[in-house]
Amino acid sequence: MELDPILLSRIQFAFVVSFHAIFPVFTIGLASYIAVLEGLFYKTGNKDWERLSKFWLQVFAVVFGMGVVSGIVMSFQFGTNWSNFSYATANFLGPVLSYEVLTAFFLEAAFLGVLLFGRDKVPQGVHFFSAMMVAIGTFISSFWILSANSWMHTPAGVEIREGLFYVTSWSEAIFNPSFWVRFFHMGLASFLTGGFVVAGVSAWYLLCKRDVEIHKKALSMTLWLLLFIAPAQVVMGDIHGLNTLEHQPMKVAAMEGNWETSRGVPLLLFAIPDKENQTNHFEVGIPKLASLILKHDWDGEVPGLNEVPVEEQPVVGIVFWAFRIMVAVGMLMVVFAVAGLFMRKGGRYATSPWFLNGLRLMAVTPFIAVLAGWLVTETGRAPWLVYEVMTHAEGVTPSLTGGMALFTLIGYILVYSLVFAAGIYYLMRVLRVGAEPEADKKDHLQRPKRPLSGADAAWEEGVENHE
Amino acid sequence: MNEAGFDLVYIWAGIIAFGIMMYVLMDGFDLGLGILFPFAPGDEARDVMMNSVAPVWDGNETWLVLGGAGLLAAFPLVYSVFLPALYIGVFLMLAGLIFRGIAFEFRFKAKTSRYLWNWAFAIGSTVAAFAQGAVVGTYIQGFATENMIYSGGAFDWLTPFTVLTGLGLVAGYALLGATWLIMKSEGYIQDWAYKITPWLLLAVLVVFALISVWTPFIDPFVAERWFSQVSVIWLLPVLALVCIWRIWSSVRQRRNGTPFVATMGMFLFTYLGLLASKFPYVVPPTYTLWDASSAHESQLFLLIGLIFVIPFVLAYTAWTYWVFRGKVKAGEGYH
Ligand code: HDD
Ligand code: HEM
Ligand code: HEM
Repeated sequence: MELDPILLSRIQFAFVVSFHAIFPVFTIGLASYIAVLEGLFYKTGNKDWERLSKFWLQVFAVVFGMGVVSGIVMSFQFGTNWSNFSYATANFLGPVLSYEVLTAFFLEAAFLGVLLFGRDKVPQGVHFFSAMMVAIGTFISSFWILSANSWMHTPAGVEIREGLFYVTSWSEAIFNPSFWVRFFHMGLASFLTGGFVVAGVSAWYLLCKRDVEIHKKALSMTLWLLLFIAPAQVVMGDIHGLNTLEHQPMKVAAMEGNWETSRGVPLLLFAIPDKENQTNHFEVGIPKLASLILKHDWDGEVPGLNEVPVEEQPVVGIVFWAFRIMVAVGMLMVVFAVAGLFMRKGGRYATSPWFLNGLRLMAVTPFIAVLAGWLVTETGRAPWLVYEVMTHAEGVTPSLTGGMALFTLIGYILVYSLVFAAGIYYLMRVLRVGAEPEADKKDHLQRPKRPLSGADAAWEEGVENHE
Repeated sequence: MNEAGFDLVYIWAGIIAFGIMMYVLMDGFDLGLGILFPFAPGDEARDVMMNSVAPVWDGNETWLVLGGAGLLAAFPLVYSVFLPALYIGVFLMLAGLIFRGIAFEFRFKAKTSRYLWNWAFAIGSTVAAFAQGAVVGTYIQGFATENMIYSGGAFDWLTPFTVLTGLGLVAGYALLGATWLIMKSEGYIQDWAYKITPWLLLAVLVVFALISVWTPFIDPFVAERWFSQVSVIWLLPVLALVCIWRIWSSVRQRRNGTPFVATMGMFLFTYLGLLASKFPYVVPPTYTLWDASSAHESQLFLLIGLIFVIPFVLAYTAWTYWVFRGKVKAGEGYH
């Protein structure tokens, strides 16, 4: 069998970028949370905030580190596997990615050092400022990278001469038609990720009755945040869908599993799309609801996949199901956020075992939703790399052989599996150790000062304290 | 590519050259510490070595990302030929950087498995340094291209010559690491760094001499540049030699910061010599800076932002080095 470098490159890109994506969505949310904690500590002087911040910083250091190393891989993926694409789009993507490095990565990296290691070396206000700079850096980073990505979905502000893109309007290209919806949808997704992880971990500590006072504070704060952003994400998702309908109707057709352009289309809850026969099996749907959602009219016309030839249709099954998973998680998040409000009476949100256990499990769902969402977005674009301009086959590196692509694919899978396993292992350790004991207790223990990394939980002593 | 873009091409060539130099100097010393890691006198010394770069390594490595993105923006042909040509080498470099990057976080948390992260840090750094050295060698060697597209094979980059340049950079980074350690440590750790520096210097000298003699045979263009016109470029190797002498003498005088500064000088002049050998070819032997450059308006768009942002970047980078200035004491961390 011939190894297909295009397919292998796609699998490789999907793998490395999905691996990378897990970390940014978490660090973006967590960086803002840590900045808030540092701010509260700065303002009130209450040591509880500092303890919380120190604890979450340890988690942050591990996750951020993994985000950095996997991100560096990404910036070379374009060139190694998609060199024709890089060359053709360089006039736009080059400056945008460079701006990301200049305005975001340097900022994050420099202030991260101070945030993690500088607590005793700089005044408290400067430390708080560093936390803010890291948080702002993560947003600037998503601004640029999502602009680049959105442009590939809805290219604008460019013209093509001799196979190369030339920018005619920077503002149109950067703020391309799907940019803002993607930016806000992704921003909310990051906050949801940070929020549900903090809530889940706090819930777990409350269940084990460890450091209850501070983790209860954290949980309460986070539940307020989730109460607003979980429903906001549903609204934002709807706006995102309408935007996609306008610019990439075939993606929406795949999300809805709709094969023929028609009126009064049902919203499918279950179906097994069958691309070969251009139909669905085992459909279960709510009549006319898709028309209503997409066109705000019970009888609105919804585009179907039969508008384009089969080769230009995306892999319908993946888009269809990934979309349902994301939306289901989104709805579940709303349920928990609203339940949190009702449980406030009598403080049950911090005591009810089923609610806390539920939150604990919810901590993994944002990652599922985020990956599902990207799967919808990216596979829904196939076979296009730049929507309706350049296909995967045109963008791939010409000198790349199937063997080379397979070698690196397996290589990345091995390396990332190791890194991931180690990362999870040490994160669990950080969680097991928990927050540092309060200052007076600590002095009593007379811990020797010893070299510690940013994420160090002082766990070697800590374990003895707690276990 | 663009007639109106000539002036910007010079500016961009300067900026990219500056970015790469920053990367080599800054990540050079922390990769160098990794290369020296297995030979360090004990785990306490390793703690000090790692602590001396833990707060800054991420920023150092960001210059590499800037190099990649900057090339894509200003000289996309370089990006789209080098990376396919060095496909396997780039993978090895990235894998190396991954392992040594996470070793920073995980080593201090590991108890029984700490030695594993020592190795991850050491091997990762060494592989990454070697791969980068091989890139330099490949650049000197040149690339097979057709119609602006790389047309060679997967292992064209791996030749005896590139192996030598790879080893050369490993030795060079190790030297940077050792002189950095002289500056940041004290006591027996500093003694050790003083002791190994002359040997590393010797290794660097031998490899550099071999490369200098070999290069004109690899590429007649380089031979012609250096031997047919007597010119000021001979000043560069002379200055490099002065720096080498200064490293040696300052180590003998047990100076604190001078060995590191002199090593940086040696790197700088060697690097300028390399650029002078190849100018104006960026994808040798075929394409010049002008063939490789992106559209004028793209170069301009990025340049305008860069002029505003780079001073800030340099300022807060310098500030973080200042925050973490001074000796790193054994048994004391930044916690
Ligand atoms: C919405 C956010 C987002 C998305 C879609 C991506 N990234 Fe990312 N990236 C970040 C958000 C981010 C971040 C929050 O800024 C990170 C995560 C953790 C970190 O260290 O910074 C980061 C780190 C990071 C780094 C390391 C920066 C450093 O050295 O400090 C690089 C080079 C990239 N990314 C490159 C990419 C590329 C080429 C992507 C596209 C394929 C990509 N990222 C997708
Ligand atoms: C970080 C979140 C992201 C995730 C999880 C993600 C996921 C994916 C997936 C699953 C594919 C494979 C689609 C397919 O081949 O069927 C893909 C393709 C692609 N994505 Fe993304 N993506 C992300 C962000 C980005 C960004 C920010 C860019 C560009 C700036 C980008 C550029 C590409 C390119 C060039 C491809 C084509 C290669 C391929 O099809 O595999 N992606 N992505
Ligand atoms: C519950 C209602 C939701 C709706 C209606 C919705 C809608 C959408 C749509 C239509 C897209 C594809 C847009 C395109 O490719 O053009 C998308 C993508 C995405 N969704 Fe959702 N979404 C919802 C919830 C969530 C949740 C809860 C998360 C994560 C916590 C999430 C994360 C993402 C991500 C990361 C993407 C890919 C990036 C992007 O294109 O914005 N979504 N969503």
